[in-house]
Amino acid sequence: MKSKTLFDKIWDSHVIKSIEDGPDVLYIDRHYIHEVTSPQAFNGLKERGIPVFRPDKTIATADHNIPTKDQHLPIRDELSRNQVERLSENCQKYGIELFGLNNPKNGIVHVIGPELGYTLPGMTIVCGDSHTSTHGAFGTIAFGIGTSEVEMVLATQCILQPKPKKMRITLDGELHKGVTSKDIIMYIISEISASGATGYFVEYCGSAIRNLSMEGRMTICNMSIEMGARGGLIAPDETTFEYLKKLPSIPGTKDIKSAISEWKKLLTDDDAVFDKDLNFDAGSIKPMITYGTNPGMGMAIDDSIPLSDESGVKASASFIKSLDYMGFKPGIKLLGHPVDYVFIGSCTNGRIEDFRAFAQIIRGRKKAVNITAFIVPGSKKVEEQMVAEGLVEVYKNAGFEVRQPGCSSCLAMNEDKIPQGKYAVSTSNRNFEGRQGPGARTLLASPFTAAAAAITGRITDPREFVTE
Amino acid sequence: MPKTKFDILETTCVPLPFENVDTDQIIPARFLSATSRQGFGDNLFRDWRYLKTGEKNSEFILNNPEYSGKVLIAGKNFGSGSSREHAVWAIFDYGFRAVVSSFFADIFMNNALNNGLLPIVIPDVLLKKLHSLIQKNPDTKVKIDLEKQTFTVLSTGDSVIFGINPYKKECLLKGLDDIDFLLSMKNLITGYENNKSLVK
Repeated sequence: MKSKTLFDKIWDSHVIKSIEDGPDVLYIDRHYIHEVTSPQAFNGLKERGIPVFRPDKTIATADHNIPTKDQHLPIRDELSRNQVERLSENCQKYGIELFGLNNPKNGIVHVIGPELGYTLPGMTIVCGDSHTSTHGAFGTIAFGIGTSEVEMVLATQCILQPKPKKMRITLDGELHKGVTSKDIIMYIISEISASGATGYFVEYCGSAIRNLSMEGRMTICNMSIEMGARGGLIAPDETTFEYLKKLPSIPGTKDIKSAISEWKKLLTDDDAVFDKDLNFDAGSIKPMITYGTNPGMGMAIDDSIPLSDESGVKASASFIKSLDYMGFKPGIKLLGHPVDYVFIGSCTNGRIEDFRAFAQIIRGRKKAVNITAFIVPGSKKVEEQMVAEGLVEVYKNAGFEVRQPGCSSCLAMNEDKIPQGKYAVSTSNRNFEGRQGPGARTLLASPFTAAAAAITGRITDPREFVTE
Repeated sequence: MPKTKFDILETTCVPLPFENVDTDQIIPARFLSATSRQGFGDNLFRDWRYLKTGEKNSEFILNNPEYSGKVLIAGKNFGSGSSREHAVWAIFDYGFRAVVSSFFADIFMNNALNNGLLPIVIPDVLLKKLHSLIQKNPDTKVKIDLEKQTFTVLSTGDSVIFGINPYKKECLLKGLDDIDFLLSMKNLITGYENNKSLVK
């Protein structure tokens, strides 16, 4: 029998039909939906006069458009309020479970899915959001789709997709103190560029990956899309099974022991072949920061901005445009540069370990006076855990206000916008022009690096503060 | 349900010679609060087309009346970032029927094909030549023949064959709907589900 990668095994076992000279018809085990990319899909169902085919496999949340303060009050912005209400109406009409605003299980879709036990090894998972790749951390094929495809899945629980090529990224070696999974993925993207994995689905392997917690793995898989990959996955192992065993419940799975014995088979065969193989050394990674306007424009925090985007060639027009937007010059160092805003949260770094890391640095210290901080838990459960662990007190004592869950400043659809020209060190995933607000200047970083900037008011190497 | 058909298109072009244009530029997040597919053309490249004051940015190429047409000639790596299909709706609603680049992001390409907007990949060399031609002569016309899969610059005769998935090509030529196709397969789908539960 031909050797297969884990990606092949999951993909092939979900193909209902392969269209000749066309895409595969892929069955979807889990469909996550939210308020922004679903309304037009439901409109389509209405026009066709058909129901949602498998409401029991569909999970909904309101996350992108919601405020992160005073969530008990009606949403002030009319369009946002309308969109969130529309989701509630649609879920009610079609029998879909909704963890909406003020529900105790509400939160960012890619945070609540795993913590509520809806993401399980071996699944195919889609959502109208490109960071759906997050769920790949559990050994799933998870990817983002457009609204037309959301309608397709609602109608038939299937999607038409051409099978992507396969890339393996192996990371061995030991991570140094102060270096996190966020720095790992930012490093990889800076090495292969924002389009370096376009057309590929990535599997992450190697000892440095195995040593990461589930939350660390989710951060890595989350940003796979930022190098153009269709998605990214990590084979399940004891770390995965321990995480799942500790969950309060896993809907639809009665016997976790026999489920685990099945999940143990989810591995790439030893001699399976990938279309592309890349290797990196974790020991050569330092805390990272972006300096430009795509996630590929990143460097070590103590580095200087490159002189051009192509070695030995005059800087391209888009490189110059990018630096102009950011207010930076080629060749300068970023350490010590003043910062205005700090954001910790998002589906990339909005989980309990991220808030613990940030707290580690701010404990016993004070927020810099020139900093405005958005501290946004990824979900109500994360928020509860922060309270239970005494973290909210730590934040409060240091002068930080913990907000309520939502996508918040990552894409600034709500009021949490970074003003024109202001610098924000952000634990989110995109630094495109205007992403966090028109004219906003985003510097992507890890929770450690964001915390260091929050207390010094400047871009700071977090290794000065990390003691363990 | 019938969808937009695409066959042969002969038109002048609008150039956008920037690389790495992501979907946040094509349609900023603050415009995603709509619940229908209409009207997104007004906000296409909003923060490039308009100044903070609300006036049109006369320096931005899309506001230059010399350029008009149904094809957008983009730069390398067009459409990266967010999966928002609204980006495609905005481009289509504005009046474009095809986008030309040497490299598209995957999700954008899928979304475009699902909405009757034809993404055409041409060699980088020809893309650069085309930008140069259009700058010198804004009336440069191109011809796209989906059936033959040819992209031709009419003034110079430069012509290339572009790639497209045969299934998607047929859908575009005939205005076929993916969902109708999948709905016709309901028996196969429930058969798969029953089989899977038996195997468990």
